[in-house]
Amino acid sequence: MSNSFVSLQNVSLAYGKTVAVSNLDLNVRKGELIALLGPSGCGKTTTMRAIAGLMSLHNGSISIDGVDMSRTPANKRGIGLVFQSYALFPHLNAFENVAFGLRIKKFSRSEITTRVGKGLTMVGLSHLAERKPQEMSGGQQQRLSLARSLVMEPKVLLLDEPLSNLDARLRLEMRTELQRVQRDTGITMIFVTHDQSEALALADRIVLMKNGAIEQLGTPDDLYNRPATAFAADFFGFENIFKVSHSKIIGPNGDIPTGFAADEGHLAWRPGAISIGNGPHKGIVRGVAFAGEKREYVIDSMLGQIKAFVPADQTAYAIGASISFDLPKAGALSIPETQ
Amino acid sequence: MTSTWISRMIIFITLTFLIGPFFIIVAAGLSAGDFLAFPPKGLSLKWYIKVFEVESFRESFALSMFLAVFGTITALVLGVPAAYALSRYNIPYGETIKTVVAAPIIVPGIIVGLALLRYLVVPLNLTITLALFLAHTALVLPYAVRVVSSSLNNLRSDMEEAAVLLGCSRIGAFIRVVLPNIQSGVLAAFILGFVTSFNQVPVSLFLSGPGVRTLPIDMLSYMEITYDPSVAALSALLALMSVIIIFVAEKFLGFSRYV
Repeated sequence: MSNSFVSLQNVSLAYGKTVAVSNLDLNVRKGELIALLGPSGCGKTTTMRAIAGLMSLHNGSISIDGVDMSRTPANKRGIGLVFQSYALFPHLNAFENVAFGLRIKKFSRSEITTRVGKGLTMVGLSHLAERKPQEMSGGQQQRLSLARSLVMEPKVLLLDEPLSNLDARLRLEMRTELQRVQRDTGITMIFVTHDQSEALALADRIVLMKNGAIEQLGTPDDLYNRPATAFAADFFGFENIFKVSHSKIIGPNGDIPTGFAADEGHLAWRPGAISIGNGPHKGIVRGVAFAGEKREYVIDSMLGQIKAFVPADQTAYAIGASISFDLPKAGALSIPETQ
Repeated sequence: MTSTWISRMIIFITLTFLIGPFFIIVAAGLSAGDFLAFPPKGLSLKWYIKVFEVESFRESFALSMFLAVFGTITALVLGVPAAYALSRYNIPYGETIKTVVAAPIIVPGIIVGLALLRYLVVPLNLTITLALFLAHTALVLPYAVRVVSSSLNNLRSDMEEAAVLLGCSRIGAFIRVVLPNIQSGVLAAFILGFVTSFNQVPVSLFLSGPGVRTLPIDMLSYMEITYDPSVAALSALLALMSVIIIFVAEKFLGFSRYV
């Protein structure tokens, strides 16, 4: 607790009577890059807006650097926010967009020129200072929006889906850029995303949310390799999840022995962990897609529908083929029942 | 062939009815004769000059200008915040408020005029100028709210949140971010309001009194007594003024987007 920089305690948030987030506790360390991850409607954006002060707390408290901010208006919190839509000011050029906050804070003219110059250089836009935002590409707008927040030297920088509006190539570029900026400035960043690969690539720690509560919190390694719940497992690619009782998988048409001793709860396999051709389970190929180095199978079986990715150099099966497959103990993730 | 001919005919007739009167008025005002007539008897600019010499025209023009400018400005001062509130906040009975605000467009002017006279001006004993001012403001308000609303709806609200997070107050964000981005909408609303107010007849007819008349009403009463071509000349000048305003507005604002 002592080293927590942004601290949410028992935070509840609601839109009218609809509760969006309930009793959320979260501690972010100084200089950390945190991802709020989850499907739409999980409360991640709402949580971010509450930290920014754009949404009032229904209950609980938010403090930053040891100061209670629960009642502080958004314009006095010293928090930066990079909007998903960038929210640049169309009537101002790039320079003035970045200078906007500095002018509000009544910085001297020379200070503004220096800071804006630095900000634009940091995101590689110094040659476009005269451009209006609408004359810039999506990636440039994104970086301009980032610079506009960074020149204010915010205590915390919030980013709403920072990469989702960019195409694949720019996304990679921006991802690197964000990491670099974070390293250079040491700023505490919290970003919202629905994309697990984005969270894995960028974040120091990931907060996985579901239905307005934290499902699991941990390092990317924790969440990817040791998801604690069936939901987390599914979110991080364990697409074959089965309920298990007395070492038997509860299938839709009866129980099937796992072949090894398993805890009560769930067993989950990534599609790549399932082997085809040999094994105790029978199924029929319902779909197959060639994806370069692998083939992606959808198989109907006694266990329900199975997804299996098999190296492309192995025997190929056509749709309708009867096959055997194995759910090996080695690739199984056990998710014990939580009491 | 026949269908082309027919459609050309239809276009010609439509244009004749739309624009024809304008040319007749311009020409009638150019007459050298003493009576309003078309075709004009001889050509002269004397009626166009006389327009500026009639004192009541000068006075009523000044009143109409005053009403059009200040009535519209007042309507905007009330209408811009109203439009903002209606578009940004979830106001109880917002839809009802919109309908009420739009009512003066829908209700016939003659009814508005009579109602204002009977239930507002007479009981409260308002002066004619004040009554006209209030009536024109109310008549222009719907245009102000509607035109400004449409440009506000095109403006993303997260821009204001961005301004707030950069240190602005809510009002500061409105002034620094919202207003600059809706200024052409506000200007369009002003022009539309100005023209509406300036050309307003039915309501002004009920509210005008002795010595205090708007220009269109003054022209009507002038014609009852004097049937000379000066009214035609004045009409032509007014039509020209409207045309120039709209033309300039279209050229610089793309006015037709807002109306």
